[in-house]
Amino acid sequence: MTPKIELRGVKKRFGPKVVLDGIDLVIEPGSSLVVIGGSGTGKSVMIKSVLGIIRPDEGTILVDGEDVTHINGAARDRVMRKFGMLFQGAALFDSLPVWENVAFGLIQGRGMARKAARDIAIQKLAKVGLTEDVAFLSPAELSGGMQKRVGLARAIAADPEIIFFDEPTTGLDPIMADVINELIVSTVKDVGATTLSITHDMASARKISDRIAMLYGGRIIWTGPTAQIDQSGNSYVDQFIHGRAEGPIKMAVKA
Amino acid sequence: MNIFALIGRAVLSLLAAIGRLAIFTGRALAAMVSPPVYGRLFLQQVMRIGYFSLPVVGLTAFFTGGVLALQIYLGGNRYGAESIVPQIVVLGITRELGPVIAGLMVAGRVAAAIAAEIGTMKVTEQIDALTTLATNPVKYLVVPRILAAVVTMPILTAVGDSIGVFGGYIVATQNLGFTSATYLKNTVDFATNSDISSGLIKAAVFGFIIALMGCYNGFHSRGGAQGVGAATTTAVVSSCILILAADFVLTALLFHS
Repeated sequence: MTPKIELRGVKKRFGPKVVLDGIDLVIEPGSSLVVIGGSGTGKSVMIKSVLGIIRPDEGTILVDGEDVTHINGAARDRVMRKFGMLFQGAALFDSLPVWENVAFGLIQGRGMARKAARDIAIQKLAKVGLTEDVAFLSPAELSGGMQKRVGLARAIAADPEIIFFDEPTTGLDPIMADVINELIVSTVKDVGATTLSITHDMASARKISDRIAMLYGGRIIWTGPTAQIDQSGNSYVDQFIHGRAEGPIKMAVKA
Repeated sequence: MNIFALIGRAVLSLLAAIGRLAIFTGRALAAMVSPPVYGRLFLQQVMRIGYFSLPVVGLTAFFTGGVLALQIYLGGNRYGAESIVPQIVVLGITRELGPVIAGLMVAGRVAAAIAAEIGTMKVTEQIDALTTLATNPVKYLVVPRILAAVVTMPILTAVGDSIGVFGGYIVATQNLGFTSATYLKNTVDFATNSDISSGLIKAAVFGFIIALMGCYNGFHSRGGAQGVGAATTTAVVSSCILILAADFVLTALLFHS
């Protein structure tokens, strides 16, 4: 079966700093992969490389077997219609009301009439537990948890084949984080999408994934089923999932 | 540090900035001639850039016209040339001060607003979100602003020219002893179409510069609030400098013959 997403030897550096040093990753259709790793290890750069927001220096990125590493313009727009994304800070457009945020991809990306798009937006908001009156508020009037829910509704609005989640629970209290995790699991199941998430929240990673990969030193150092992460046999993975200061991963802390 | 290394680094940095601006301009121009066209956003920007700039442009044009009349009268008085006030006011306003004053005022108001808005969108990942929603950020954010600025700046300047000449007329007829009929006749007889059209052409170019620099600095802002603040300042300063430089070049080109 052709992988939904495949990264082959993807490298990216910013000046002298090597962020991605040959990433190889395969995501099968319908699977939910979570990439874990510490802050600044290049998780966001990896995800933005797949989306074409950052151009890798070397390597190949395939979506449904199509090389998308260097495509632009209409070809990029066509591929992007397969994607939905929930950003870390939700990244809602503060100049637009909530419903228009959710319907944005339908109106601008797919040319749907505003009325029909608004009806779909209200349905999607209901799926993430938000009532119709929220649809007409401004994003600035919402709490962090509600903004994440709106971001999730926007990510699933066009029933995408692939959904990316960038730190979906960061900045939320544990209960709201679990609510978001539940919503991710239920909505993804509903849409039937392939998902790629990046997080350093292990509770979230265990809940929303069926496979986990760990990024360290610009490379994927371990990948396997979520159920086996506690028996990975990898000292880096063990240190990370148990949140220990002692271990092979040394944090750069200036005295 | 080696002085040559410092100079070299500064030159390379300047060339890189020019290159980035040229690429950004090219992308914006290419996006203008390809669908889709965001008509609603264009009209929104016409209101923001054009309509809401009318008070500041009108007020500054009025006082500029009045001051110009006073200065020309006082200067001309030394040579017994006081009667030339209407001619110089209309020439100065339409050819030079109308478009330049409007350009500088709009640069201060609009370039800053554009850079702050787009810069905030950049640092909060809203521009990345546009890409993930299959929407070209340059087409969605830059093109409507540039088109609106290019269309509205000549209109703003035409209004500013009229108000500026009116300012000169008020001062001349109320304080300097000109009769209304003489002032208006001298103004209308002296001004030519090319005086007015050259100012409007300049205004369109200034509009392009203002929107481009606002968008460019917003798109290239980094970090958080400080980065957006720096982008805003740079947008205004670079717009003003480029407007004055473009004014010189355009004047040389338009009136070369």
